[in-house]
Amino acid sequence: MRIELKKRDGLSSLFSVLSPFIALGLTLIAGVILFLFLGKDPVRALYSFFIEPLTEVWSLHELAIKAAPLILIAVGLSVCFRSNNWNIGAEGQFIIGAMAGSILPVLFHGWESPLVLPLMMIFAMIGGAAYAAIPAFLKARLNTNEILTSLMLVYVAQLFLDWTVRGPWRNPEGFNFPETRNFHDYAVLPRIIETGKTHWGFGFALIAALVLWFVMRRTLKGFEITVLGQSARAGRFAGFSDKKMVYFAFLLSGALAGLAGISEVSGSIEQLRPVISPGYGFTAIIVAFLGRLNPLGIVAAGLVLALTYLGGEAAQISIGITDKVTRLFQGLLLFFVLGCDTLIHYRIRLVLGAAQKGSAA
Amino acid sequence: MSGGDVTTETTQRPLLETRGLTKVFGSLRACDGIDLAIAPGEVHALLGENGAGKSTLVKMLFGVLDPSGGEILWKGEPVRIGSPGEARATGVGMVFQHFSLFEALTVAENIALALDGNVPIERISEEARRLSVEYGLPLDPSAHVADLSVGERQRIEIVRALLQNPELIILDEPTSVLTPQEADKLFETLAKLKAEGRSVLYISHRLEEVQRICDRATVLRHGKVTGACDPREETPSSLARMMVGGEVPQISDAGLGEPGEVLVEIKRLSAPSRSPFAVALRDIDLTVRAGEVVAIAGVAGNGQSELFDVLSGEVRVSDPAAVTIRGKEVGRRGITERRLMSCGFVPEERHGHAAVPTMPLTSNLILSRHTSDRETFLSGGPVGLINTGAVARVAKRISEAMDVRKSGEDPAAGSLSGGNLQKFIVGRELDRKPLVLVVNQPTWGVDAGAASRIRQALIDLAKSGSAVVVISQDLDEVFEIANRIAVINEGRLSPPEPARTMTRERIGLLMGGFHDGTGQGHAEAIDAH
Repeated sequence: MRIELKKRDGLSSLFSVLSPFIALGLTLIAGVILFLFLGKDPVRALYSFFIEPLTEVWSLHELAIKAAPLILIAVGLSVCFRSNNWNIGAEGQFIIGAMAGSILPVLFHGWESPLVLPLMMIFAMIGGAAYAAIPAFLKARLNTNEILTSLMLVYVAQLFLDWTVRGPWRNPEGFNFPETRNFHDYAVLPRIIETGKTHWGFGFALIAALVLWFVMRRTLKGFEITVLGQSARAGRFAGFSDKKMVYFAFLLSGALAGLAGISEVSGSIEQLRPVISPGYGFTAIIVAFLGRLNPLGIVAAGLVLALTYLGGEAAQISIGITDKVTRLFQGLLLFFVLGCDTLIHYRIRLVLGAAQKGSAA
Repeated sequence: MSGGDVTTETTQRPLLETRGLTKVFGSLRACDGIDLAIAPGEVHALLGENGAGKSTLVKMLFGVLDPSGGEILWKGEPVRIGSPGEARATGVGMVFQHFSLFEALTVAENIALALDGNVPIERISEEARRLSVEYGLPLDPSAHVADLSVGERQRIEIVRALLQNPELIILDEPTSVLTPQEADKLFETLAKLKAEGRSVLYISHRLEEVQRICDRATVLRHGKVTGACDPREETPSSLARMMVGGEVPQISDAGLGEPGEVLVEIKRLSAPSRSPFAVALRDIDLTVRAGEVVAIAGVAGNGQSELFDVLSGEVRVSDPAAVTIRGKEVGRRGITERRLMSCGFVPEERHGHAAVPTMPLTSNLILSRHTSDRETFLSGGPVGLINTGAVARVAKRISEAMDVRKSGEDPAAGSLSGGNLQKFIVGRELDRKPLVLVVNQPTWGVDAGAASRIRQALIDLAKSGSAVVVISQDLDEVFEIANRIAVINEGRLSPPEPARTMTRERIGLLMGGFHDGTGQGHAEAIDAH
């Protein structure tokens, strides 16, 4: 007996829209089963995981802060994925961007000026883009698989940050803690509204999402991205360069990941530490797909995934389960999203016996 | 061909019969109550324009599509053919018009995938080699499909179907990529199959061919059977009338004046092959003047796509002077710059080269004209905003000018039938009134009505003072439209000769590599088959 995937004749537009919601529903059902086996009351657990964080103003701000890097990275990745470039290394570009952006407040901490913050943002974008340029160069020039190279560079970036923070950039007045100096006031990203903690990182995310949504939908550049993603040959016929697109997609997503990195460091942490990200760069991949690679969908998806981070913390406190449940929920969600998408395009057929060969057509 | 000796068998029980077979896609009745009967040992023609429902019908017979209504009877028994595997088990073999091959695999591996049971790949290679030689369809079983031309890919399909020893073999436009000699060999194959008592369902637009080899014909139009006849008792024009429901417009080349200035010049063009299986271009010289159609004939896989890529600028050559367009050396310039010099290009492969099948027609219009029609299609300067209104208007104009039949206002390119998509792709370039047009296989897999429209449009373009290069394997087409004819063989191009003095025999010799005494060895190799 064998399971076959058979392409459906028509594509249901209703289910294409519903798919992310079905995936969310299935994730919740899986969550119920999970909590039952853990011996917890599933209703209470799901409440504290998914509802409680939404009931207070301060935690809504937390949600926006967590969603900001996810959205910023994911909209960049959506351009990559749409153009058939598989940048899996946004986590590394996030870190290198954060480090490049921190050069001014850490090494030149005496220079306090309104110019510092914009320069930090620019340095961070250049840093993230430059780091993403490595897998882009390897792919465009040597035809190396970018999934592997970009992923491996994440670990290089993580260890480089760790070494830098424990070594050359360690705060000389910090009692040997592995941290850099605290950023001075000119190097801290301001809040959007005075009453809450949400900083401009969330603003950047929304602006980036709107701009890229417009670019993808209405401009020739967006068209070029889509065409090259669908068929490189047709793209060449249109006069588009697939090599240049590799650089464009990687540099853009690298720059946005770098901006996310410095926004997180400058807006929330206000110094560099050995670990500055709970895996935003990887979670953003889930966000990009849950948002159907559409920048506006990604805003919504970013908020949902941010909720899993908050819910994990909340559930740890209120019902005493490990915050690893967060990653578990993220994994479940990606699994169900991809599963739903596959089942929209294909139907499953059980084939009895091995004599028949699959359709060659 | 030994014809007429099987007609007596029509009285006996049909091998395959359909009763009221219907397939509905949304609101479109692609097949509407088709009655068809194929007798054992007969070659049965299925005629019809693009979109008439031929492909849909055979896909149902081969289990690719589920019928919406009606029934299929095999030797008098109702059967349900749920998959190509079941079709093969029943005894139906199929050669598709759009090939179903895995590009990354070799010829032998592709054949193995379609066979039942665990036959060692060496045995398959051996068998395929034997069959391909026996039936005059030369194939290298170890070649990768990605590197093969359309014509060679079709040979794989034919050999693959033959390997399965079917009782009914369905051929969808099998000769459209074959030379006359190869087609003759295929007809011998069909005669052999018929003599063995097998039936053939033969789909073709080539009416002469149908008349020559088919015992009976069923004609479809708009999803319905509009006629059943003995093609030998009909004339090509009476068959065409049944197909299109009216007279096929005759191609007219009246008014084609003396050629003018040189618009395209290729000088000593050589280009190394880009993959182990691609063809290297060697010392090609060609001059095309305003107001003429130059046709390049040749068997698939002799450097046609490579030459097209160099002409279009998708592949640049190191010597800028190797390609000159309108007096400017453009060897190192890309396709966009050449389009800005009023050049238009139509590649051979519709899906994934000339058009992106998943994108709507309007997007596919932007594909080739985003820079040449920048002022109309784009606004906002460097931002490059797409004016969807202007694009839609031009797309509509093209569809009307070329009579593109489609479902809905702006359907995905992949949802159009091959001929209708081709009309759109050719119309997309003609709409610009280019000074230079290069077309690779303009009417491959296109029905008679659409093909004559496309050919007439190419001639009209030349008449209006443009230079037209047509790369084609269809000799009828070459003779119909060309002022001068050159032949490409193993990456070399014969000097173009006036169409008036060119003969089919001479083209056949040039295809075999007989020009300038350079290709003797190859010609012998062909004879050896």
